[in-house]
Amino acid sequence: MIKAILIFNNHGKPRLSKFYQRYSEDTQQQIIRETFHLVSKRDENVCNFLEGGLLIGGSDNKLIYRHYATLYFVFCVDSSESELGILDLIQVFVETLDKCFENVCELDLIFHVDKVHNILAEMVMGGMVLETNMNEIVTQIDAQNKLEKSEAGLAGAPARAVSAVKNMNLPEIPRNINIGDISIKVPNLPTFK
Amino acid sequence: MALKMVKGSIDRMFDKNLQDLVRGIRNHKEDEAKYISQCIDEIKQELKQDNIAVKANAVCKLTYLQMLGYDISWAAFNIIEVMSASKFTFKRIGYLAASQCFHEGTDVIMLTTNQIRKDLSSPNQYDTGVALTGLSCFVTPDLARDLANDIMTLMSHTKPYIRKKAVLIMYKVFLKYPESLRPAFPRLKEKLEDPDPGVQSAAVNVICELARRNPKNYLSLAPLFFKLMTSSTNNWVLIKIIKLFGALTPLEPRLGKKLIEPLTNLIHSTSAMSLLYECVNTVIAVLISLSSGMPNHSASIQLCVQKLRILIEDSDQNLKYLGLLAMSKILKTHPKSVQSHKDLILQCLDDKDESIRLRALDLLYGMVSKKNLMEIVKKLMIHVDKAEGTTYRDELLTKIIDICSQSNYQYITNFEWYISILVELTRLEGTRHGHLIAAQMLDVAIRVKAIRKFAVSQMAMLLDNAHLIASNTQRNGICEVLYAAAWICGEFSEHLEEANQTLEAMLRPKVTTLPGHIQAVYVQNMVKLYASILQQKEQAGEKEAAQEITQLMIERLPQFVQSADLEVQERASCILQLIKYIQKLQVKEVPVAEEVIALFAGELNPVAPKAQKKVPVPEGLDLDAWINEPPSDSESEDEKPKTIFHDEEQRHSKPRHPEMDEEELARRREARKQEQANNPFYIKSSPSPQKRYQDTPGVEHIPVVQIDLSVPLKVPGMPMSDQYVKLEEERRHKQKLEKDKKKKKQKKEKRGKHHRHNSLHTESEEDIAPAHHVDIITEEMPENALPSDEDDKDPNDPYKALDIDLDKPLADSEKLPVQRHRNAEALKTPESEVPPVEKKSKKPKKKEKKHKEKEKDKGKKKEKEKKHKKEKEEKSKDKKKSKKKHHHSEEEMAESVQNGTLDDEPLPPMSSYRLLAENPYIKTTYDIQGNLQNDSQVTVSVIFENKSTSFLKSMELNVLDSLNTKMLRPEGSSVHDGIPVPFQLPPGISNEAQFVFTLQSIVMAQKLKGTLSFIVKNDEGSTHEKLDFKLHFSCASYLITTPCYR
Repeated sequence: MIKAILIFNNHGKPRLSKFYQRYSEDTQQQIIRETFHLVSKRDENVCNFLEGGLLIGGSDNKLIYRHYATLYFVFCVDSSESELGILDLIQVFVETLDKCFENVCELDLIFHVDKVHNILAEMVMGGMVLETNMNEIVTQIDAQNKLEKSEAGLAGAPARAVSAVKNMNLPEIPRNINIGDISIKVPNLPTFK
Repeated sequence: MALKMVKGSIDRMFDKNLQDLVRGIRNHKEDEAKYISQCIDEIKQELKQDNIAVKANAVCKLTYLQMLGYDISWAAFNIIEVMSASKFTFKRIGYLAASQCFHEGTDVIMLTTNQIRKDLSSPNQYDTGVALTGLSCFVTPDLARDLANDIMTLMSHTKPYIRKKAVLIMYKVFLKYPESLRPAFPRLKEKLEDPDPGVQSAAVNVICELARRNPKNYLSLAPLFFKLMTSSTNNWVLIKIIKLFGALTPLEPRLGKKLIEPLTNLIHSTSAMSLLYECVNTVIAVLISLSSGMPNHSASIQLCVQKLRILIEDSDQNLKYLGLLAMSKILKTHPKSVQSHKDLILQCLDDKDESIRLRALDLLYGMVSKKNLMEIVKKLMIHVDKAEGTTYRDELLTKIIDICSQSNYQYITNFEWYISILVELTRLEGTRHGHLIAAQMLDVAIRVKAIRKFAVSQMAMLLDNAHLIASNTQRNGICEVLYAAAWICGEFSEHLEEANQTLEAMLRPKVTTLPGHIQAVYVQNMVKLYASILQQKEQAGEKEAAQEITQLMIERLPQFVQSADLEVQERASCILQLIKYIQKLQVKEVPVAEEVIALFAGELNPVAPKAQKKVPVPEGLDLDAWINEPPSDSESEDEKPKTIFHDEEQRHSKPRHPEMDEEELARRREARKQEQANNPFYIKSSPSPQKRYQDTPGVEHIPVVQIDLSVPLKVPGMPMSDQYVKLEEERRHKQKLEKDKKKKKQKKEKRGKHHRHNSLHTESEEDIAPAHHVDIITEEMPENALPSDEDDKDPNDPYKALDIDLDKPLADSEKLPVQRHRNAEALKTPESEVPPVEKKSKKPKKKEKKHKEKEKDKGKKKEKEKKHKKEKEEKSKDKKKSKKKHHHSEEEMAESVQNGTLDDEPLPPMSSYRLLAENPYIKTTYDIQGNLQNDSQVTVSVIFENKSTSFLKSMELNVLDSLNTKMLRPEGSSVHDGIPVPFQLPPGISNEAQFVFTLQSIVMAQKLKGTLSFIVKNDEGSTHEKLDFKLHFSCASYLITTPCYR
């Protein structure tokens, strides 16, 4: 079982939090902070597993994380999950984000956290891995977006126009925090799907 | 119509959407909290509007704020509104918000049942999907019970997208509603062979989760999984199955034998490291379960170890980590094959990655032997020095202690070395494991008699240098060792060389800065020291020296008498008085030493921690039987209890009788001794019943190798433990030489006779004789203790409820509850129906009961009213309890069972009386109900109950109004006036009064503070009393209860 999925940036600012166990909002924040502290002080070339977040935890649980440019993707899992499997799942997740947002960067996650949630929901459900095939995930997401568009129809047009205008000044914010090295492949994991 | 919609959305486009909110927060870095509270106010306004699009937008923003740590539970009702929107766009927003913030304690969650059911059966697969996803996050026992059947139907949906989600969510349903497991299992099993790989993977996933908790119920699926394993090419599925086999093999060794071959093939063939790793893991599990050393398995072990070595040597840190992890599993059963890779593991200790170092440490634990212990610990000590000021150092410290103390100090050949290691560890700054070191010191000193002399000398040194340890506030953790040092010096004071000096050290003023519990030990043990010094001096006839030492005590003890710590103070004052008395006797030249030392006679032996539990209950003793006959209800209460009490008092008072002759006393003492001798809890004084100073421990405890006292205790520039390593090496060398000599002799003697004895001997484990004939005292256990170890199981394990036999045929009564018309069901369910499933946990049983009760309820409509009342009472009790506990307690569950059954029962009253406030005079409970006539009002009914024997009058209730909720007062009175309660209360009487409140908004939960003032009138006069309370308006309490007819 996956207990929680967290995404935060290099400064510990949460970009997505998904808990599959009930914690109060305060505890959730504490967990995010604690996890950030554990993960952020680790060097680059060390292993991606961590034992013992005190809050989310117990001895059975592990933190498995990956660091992409400005973002940390952290999965908290128990012993029924394969460590290397989860690492690969994170990779699939990021690649899917990359596909859905077209060259994803931190800003996409900041402004469209709802969409990230929807993508995640197609991969992990209630703490269990639902789908690992990226094409399948993207197909479902596209279909849902289409449905959304058709619902908005005529009524959606002005709102879209306004949000387009509002987003005009978005490019001013430097997009250089791009997750450029998104296509890092796990070494020694060539045929994993 | 279209125009209207366009207009609506034009209005809307000037509302903030999620992106605007995020942008706003980013632009208000300095006053973020203020900005957000502004936004929340806006959101509240938006939520009040009728336009669902506006509401959805607001809820979407709330979801974002939830991530930032803001509690959004107050909007639960609005979230449900958005969930029930007809458009997928909004529905998805609603379900997302719900999945982020709903939980079992959310009171409006019961309102979602029908909505979710509707969505599940929606023709649009994404409506269904989004409902399933949401439900998987907030499913409650009620929802699980009510929706189990619907979800089960979805498991055979035509679209694989729905099927896989339905299969996955079943696991959550099982967890919350274990009764559903048996009826749903056949279909779940079917899905293992679903044509769609996604569905298949989901089914494997669910069964693996189930089997992990209760593997034995799933053994019958092994052939099916075996087939899947050999046929599947999906690595995800393979990994899950292989992991599952790892859980199953310990229960069925035959399965293990069958597995080895295909797994070995996989190991050889796969290129995916994750699969390889899991295969190795499962092979290890198989080998562990087959523990009997079959010859052909050594090859498998070799293969595993060899593959793991490749992993560990890999440059990828992840693989290195996992390799070490798996290696530690092999270690438990096949330590020899791991030990050959010691070099590699020691190398990992130098790795820059902490996770890897920790794993390597774990491995070391199992790799030590008598031969290499000192060497390994020496390495670790070097690491300790390097790892200054990190948590890793603490980890190292505990590992060193673990490694050394494992299996009763099995690998320690030289305890002097170990003690000096412990002493060295006390030099660590800022560790929080001082108590651990202290515990080891105590344990070793108590259990290894031969080492006491050495330990005492070391501890005396520690006490002497206490200022080093205790001076720095940072070192606070380490000062715990002084606790051990003081006790050891006191208890084994007969071994002290310079007792005077140690006593002096313990009496220093600096000691008073130590924590209280350590000072207390100091005080107690300085008396022990004092006693032994006194005896020494008296025997030597140095009366003046004896008096001097007494004087010293009397001078210095007052500093402890002034201690703020009660324990220290109390002990110090007692002891001060004792010593003053001794001084008097000394002046009269009466020999006192014998008597003083008798205060501390006897030896303490360690008692096993579980000893108390393991005492068997003697035959014929029934612990549940009444000691006295319980007073029966019919008897008048005034008389009987008194006589019982009287009797007892007489019996008790006898032994306390003051005039008791000496003979009687002696006889009793004898009897008590006899009793103590038979009593397992009484810690018997071992061999020498009275510890006397002269009674040095028996000859067999004297160290074989005398400590060379010419060696200074501290060698400058060299850690002390190294000294002992050197000594030990020399000793071993000598031993070996001697042995070799002997062997040569033997050889000469035996030459030509027995050749096979002469096979070349390298230095092996057994050859290293310990330096001391170590007598490790084992912990005492009561005689004929029970060997059971069942006390480790957790009764609250949520997975225990799923321990259900799945192979039994399904009984009718187990079918999942289906939506039905009430009259039909009433005919169908016979009353005597007994569920035939064995439920091993209590939870489902209780629930079942409730369930049955309800069904009965329906059958006998006449009794319904009566029962309802009862249930209501029960419920209000439950609520009181659960209010205190706040957890999802059993009571709460039972309660929610009541609430969730909207469909097949007339609505039970939404709320019932719960406790408002209570004091010795009065108890008030309240209930809130929506007003049918005026929808902006609610009626609060308060029951006042007089609990005292006095008369209560002039009661007045006042509530501090909030913006949203105001108490309706008679015209002309101000907001600060209270409302008089229209009755008076004689003792023991209760009555109900109603108060009306007006509301602005029904989407806000409220808590109103208030006071009840009243006059208590009794024989002594009347007093004015006050009782404060909090009125809690939950959103659900605004609902109006209406009977529903279908």
